[in-house]
Amino acid sequence: MTNAVFWFFAGAAVLSASLCILQRNPVNAALWLVSTMFSLAAIYILLDAQFIAAIQVLVYAGAVMVLFLFVIMLLNLGHAASDIRGPSTIAATVVIAGLLAGELFVLARYTPARLAAELAQAGQLSDPRVVFAAGDIARHEAQVNGVVGAIAAPLFQTYLVPFEITSILLLVAIIGAVVLAKRKV
Amino acid sequence: MLLGPSLGLSAILFSLGVAGVLLRRNALVVFMCIELMLNAVNLTFVALAQLHGASGYIMVFFVMTVAAAEAAVGLAIILAMFRHRQSVDLQNINLLHG
Repeated sequence: MTNAVFWFFAGAAVLSASLCILQRNPVNAALWLVSTMFSLAAIYILLDAQFIAAIQVLVYAGAVMVLFLFVIMLLNLGHAASDIRGPSTIAATVVIAGLLAGELFVLARYTPARLAAELAQAGQLSDPRVVFAAGDIARHEAQVNGVVGAIAAPLFQTYLVPFEITSILLLVAIIGAVVLAKRKV
Repeated sequence: MLLGPSLGLSAILFSLGVAGVLLRRNALVVFMCIELMLNAVNLTFVALAQLHGASGYIMVFFVMTVAAAEAAVGLAIILAMFRHRQSVDLQNINLLHG
């Protein structure tokens, strides 16, 4: 059952991402991207990341894509001519993206057990089976601390300083956006 | 667990994002494709966080923050560009071309 749901949403994500990059109208492209993000949120739930799924819908599908649609509306780009590049670029794109996909598929065959076995053959100081422990760590943490607590605990303890630096980043982004979008630059 | 299928899906989505960036001339659509690539990376983080603990979720959190900041600043740049050139076509943007 889980597998069927996963493949359904994976197909939906790939289909809407393809339509997003092929739609001539930027509004349609943005709406197909929203569809991709919703499919990804569903997949996050299947992967035991319910909080991330909620954030995905709120931040990406909600805030970021509304910002995109707002700018498209502001620039009045609803009926643009086709902006897909010429045949030589299309051929180059197919080759480059195909090569990249092949490389990533090789990397996607990663499993912790396999990495541990390969590192054990290379001869390491520490036991790789300890460093790359395989198992349902996320599900275990969620059972102990709750779904939100499993993220909040490391965020406000181990990663407190990066979290605070994030607030500075957002402040810089706000000031930058205001300065750039002002009338006279 | 679905680790392998998730990583495969992430590979496909990332490649589609790269293809979109190379294929399109509309700056806004190129920007959307960058968001698509960030989403693909987030899927990798979530898939691996199942095995290796919640640090992956924290990374997703930071990626989303950076993506939001990037969207705000990038769209402001596109807006300023449009005011300057009356176009968001990347072929018309050759200010640094010399």
